[in-house]
Amino acid sequence: MAKITFITSDEQSITVEGNSGNVMELAVKNKIKGIDGNCGGVCSCATCHVHVLPEYWDKIGAPSELENDMLEFDENISDHSRLSCQIQVTDAIDGVVLKVAK
Amino acid sequence: MSGNNTVDKTCLIIGASHAGTNFAFALRREGWQGTIKIFDADSVFPYHKPPLSKAYFSNEDSSQVDLLFPKENYITDHIQLHLGKAVTLIDKEKKTIALEDGSIEEYDKLVIATGARPFIPKIKGINKAQNLYPLRTASHAIQIGEFIKTSKNKRVVIIGGGYIGLETAASLKKLGAKVVVLERENRVLARVTAPEMSNYFHTLHHQNGVELLTNKNVVSIENNDNGNTVFCDDYTNYRADLIVVGVGIKVNTELAEKAGLAIENGIKVDATAKTNNDHIYAIGDCTFHYNKHYNRFVRLESVQNAVDQAKVAAAAICGNRIEYDSIPWFWSDQYDVKLQMVGLSTGYKEVIERVELDNDKSRSVWYFKNDELLAVDAVNNPKAYVLGRRFIKSRQKINKTKLKDTAIPIKPNSFL
Repeated sequence: MAKITFITSDEQSITVEGNSGNVMELAVKNKIKGIDGNCGGVCSCATCHVHVLPEYWDKIGAPSELENDMLEFDENISDHSRLSCQIQVTDAIDGVVLKVAK
Repeated sequence: MSGNNTVDKTCLIIGASHAGTNFAFALRREGWQGTIKIFDADSVFPYHKPPLSKAYFSNEDSSQVDLLFPKENYITDHIQLHLGKAVTLIDKEKKTIALEDGSIEEYDKLVIATGARPFIPKIKGINKAQNLYPLRTASHAIQIGEFIKTSKNKRVVIIGGGYIGLETAASLKKLGAKVVVLERENRVLARVTAPEMSNYFHTLHHQNGVELLTNKNVVSIENNDNGNTVFCDDYTNYRADLIVVGVGIKVNTELAEKAGLAIENGIKVDATAKTNNDHIYAIGDCTFHYNKHYNRFVRLESVQNAVDQAKVAAAAICGNRIEYDSIPWFWSDQYDVKLQMVGLSTGYKEVIERVELDNDKSRSVWYFKNDELLAVDAVNNPKAYVLGRRFIKSRQKINKTKLKDTAIPIKPNSFL
């Protein structure tokens, strides 16, 4: 079980719980505004971009090469950008805070 | 109509598709408080269609399709799903729709998200062919998957070398099928890509053991005790235990047409996804809609367009006007190759192909009309895809000499 907090573009903070699947699916399930996951989670569309709050970056970890290539030239990239469909929901990420990218 | 006076209103949606379901949830987000009902002839719980020709076939459990939204979300958002219910008529004067079972439903706002269906060409003997399927719905994918997994004989003929045909070829090859693709044109993907891309995918399929044949016009199919024989007009023929037809689609405009809505290569809608009737909107594959960037009407078979039009229509219906202003994007997965496409290449005059020096599996094709970048096809090259999207959107001029020079790596300022 992992508790994950999303901060939306209108500064709403929403904490949800999950224990399987990926973070994009968890966000869609909980109607987090700004996370669409249009491609269904195959790292093709970048409509699930989040900024990991720096203090949680170690828990989440760095993106794969493919994911990094998707993010690298995105207008809204930060040092802690991830595509949430590529983050698995596990106990290891309990407590993380993710800011939904524009 | 603003969201807060919609309590007694009803919005009906025809089609529980990517467009239809995204619209329903978007409508709630925009503040619609009234009834929302979705109708679809398909009885399977609303699912993602693009994976059906791709990752679906690798699933252990063939009944497992990817749901668009979890079941509980329809309950919490009070979205009523009426699956297995075909709509037969729209009466725009009475503001009602009729269902196959004879019942009538009233609406205040109606959204048509009827999509498209596979086009089945008039080939002699096609109706009597054994194990012949198009691939558009979960039911098609399940039947194709079951056949390949259970049949001893796995000779597959795919009619049509478009995306559906090629993705299905790759997927079924992985399952151990012997696959032949018959394409009528002189190259695969002829309608949608430049010859450079066609060549690349041709080679890719050959390397993976798929027999990909062009200039093959199928004229008849005969079925016999031991499967089918597919005949082409060059007097060749191919044996097939399973036939997949992927030669394009037919847009489901009949309901709209019968209702007297404007039709032109699809249901014609404005920048808010509204038809020529104030109470009826249309979204997704079934629409012929204005694209602001390319300054023309287009019809797209695309998830991007389904989702973006869903949002636009939901906002418009709740009185929060946003205009459709998207650059189309698409994707395809074949073997371990990820193809990402952005923009519309129609009308291109020049193509620049790049094969990255440090990785020959990573390539891209850039479509230009004079100095304007129209579209980019990126193979295992998300950087080209993302950068291409930026250039298309901003209309910033690209230095083509630099773009052609693969010694210059793809970086945001490389091609200025």
